[in-house]
Amino acid sequence: MAKSILNKLQFISDENLIDIEQAKADGRSVIGFYCMYTPSEMAIAANAIPVPLCGTRNDPIAAAEEILPRNLCPLIKSSFGFATTGTCPFFKLSDIIIGDTTCDGKKKMFELLSRYKPTYVLQLPQNQDMFTALPFWHAELQRFRKIIEAHSGVAITEDGLRAAIRLMNRTRNSIKALMDVNKARPVLLSGSQLLEILFKVEFLADKEKGIKLMEEVIAQAHSGAFRSKTAGSGTGRRILLTGVPVGLGSDKVVKIVEQSGADVVAFENCSGYKKAFVVDEKKDPMEALAEQYLATPCSVMSPNDKRFDLLKDLIQEFSVDGVIDLTWQACHTYNVEAFGIGEFVQKTFGMPTLHLETDYAESDTEQLRVRIEAYLEML
Amino acid sequence: MRFAGIDIGSRTIELVIVNEAGQIVESRQADTGFNPQMEAGKLINGVSYDRIMATGYGRNLFEISFDAPTVTEIKTHARGARAFFPDARTVLDIGGQDSKAISMFENGRVKKFEMNDRCAAGTGKFLEIMARTLGYDIESFGLQALMAKKDLNISSMCTVFAESEVTSLIAGGQNRQEIARGLHTSVIRRAAGMINRVSSEGDIVFTGGVAKNPCMRALLAEKLGRDILVPEDPQLVGAFGAALLAGEIQ
Repeated sequence: MAKSILNKLQFISDENLIDIEQAKADGRSVIGFYCMYTPSEMAIAANAIPVPLCGTRNDPIAAAEEILPRNLCPLIKSSFGFATTGTCPFFKLSDIIIGDTTCDGKKKMFELLSRYKPTYVLQLPQNQDMFTALPFWHAELQRFRKIIEAHSGVAITEDGLRAAIRLMNRTRNSIKALMDVNKARPVLLSGSQLLEILFKVEFLADKEKGIKLMEEVIAQAHSGAFRSKTAGSGTGRRILLTGVPVGLGSDKVVKIVEQSGADVVAFENCSGYKKAFVVDEKKDPMEALAEQYLATPCSVMSPNDKRFDLLKDLIQEFSVDGVIDLTWQACHTYNVEAFGIGEFVQKTFGMPTLHLETDYAESDTEQLRVRIEAYLEML
Repeated sequence: MRFAGIDIGSRTIELVIVNEAGQIVESRQADTGFNPQMEAGKLINGVSYDRIMATGYGRNLFEISFDAPTVTEIKTHARGARAFFPDARTVLDIGGQDSKAISMFENGRVKKFEMNDRCAAGTGKFLEIMARTLGYDIESFGLQALMAKKDLNISSMCTVFAESEVTSLIAGGQNRQEIARGLHTSVIRRAAGMINRVSSEGDIVFTGGVAKNPCMRALLAEKLGRDILVPEDPQLVGAFGAALLAGEIQ
């Protein structure tokens, strides 16, 4: 039964590309975006299709390194490499690209990316202060709105925005419900499987399809359909993964944890739990969007207290045994934040953390395995 | 009952047999070579034991071919060091490819550990290549470094970069012993940093093949400003710890 869902997912993913091509032929625009700071509601309200573009695979990195420095974060290199090699169908289908200033490397990469596609970069404030940062960010989102309107040729109305917010809230609620499945003990869904489903659903142009699929997975997970084969024996340690986002192709740490007999039960990162937010449907839509998106607990914000709050909640709610903090090489913000995270988890829960710094290549798999196994032995 | 521990490292394989009292009754060593599975098989051939536990980089390979439980080097070095020195709280293990600093709770459980990056910076392999660059054999490398009158600063930790740095120093007419000393110091500087990140309390035990190097021992003690404990054969500590853990399986 579990297998049929994954087959279905594959089928829907293939169908999705045809859907997007058809939509484009019908005159709808496709907006590629790189980060969850970009409100996809705005694209939806303009009858456009938002698609996430972050690179999570190692394959295009070599090509990217012909232009970008080698000692740069693999996520940036992978993202850029997909563009230069033309191997990402979603990048190809995008009419415009929305970047963001979530790190210096990305910021400068977007300047080069604009040679391949029309690229607009959202300027983020550096903190989440309600009096200084919010008005700035609100203005930035107004600019974003105009860009979308200009490209899609569709005026974004307040009603349109409200409907988009409702739709995305439903999507995010499903994502949250899906992730919450593993509050159960023993786990109902393996971390890899959760990752695969979340990753693929994210690309679906038809959000309703995604919601329906996730609801189906949730129901099946609760009936134990995934448990036997993929999820652990139930005796494994419960691990929370925090730090940088992981996706298909850059999930080696999740795999090693599972091969070592533990379960990744929660992802405190922007491919996981950071997505589980709700935009206030009662407020003025632009204000509500600005507020909620600014609240994203990303390490680019200084200070980034909200990440500590989220981490604390998740450690408790998922009753985890250990926390692995993942940093991609050259991601300075997450790398520096790791010290404080380790200290915080130790002080609050008396639990050691494991900080790993790596990239997408498989070359350090065995070294990572030693660290991960040794960490599991400690718990 | 006899319990065996086998440590399949990147450079050497050690086999240790302990009796029920946890005393070493037999030990063997071999080079890992390019076929660790075969070498490990040869090493255990003819040795009698009731249970065996594997550690080191080849542990998973061993687990598959000999159906033995495995444990990481981190835990075995902590366990082994502790058996030699009951008050030990910190272990520095520098082996062929890895260096690790491990701190323990009072009861001997691993509290925290740090490892070098993916490359062989600051490990036995690094010292081996540097010795060769300077024309020393690995046994005399440490002694020669100890005889230096001063330290030449070497800043590269990457083996290839350090090799160029050493080559330029040689070309600049610098003293060979002093270059050797500088190389030792650069490894110890990094190792001390790793130790300070995990702990700064209790007795420190230095294990792994590099602990046989007298200059490394002296510089570590000097850098940390305290005595360093080194077991008689520091290279056996991992296998010894594994043997003890094999005996502790419930």
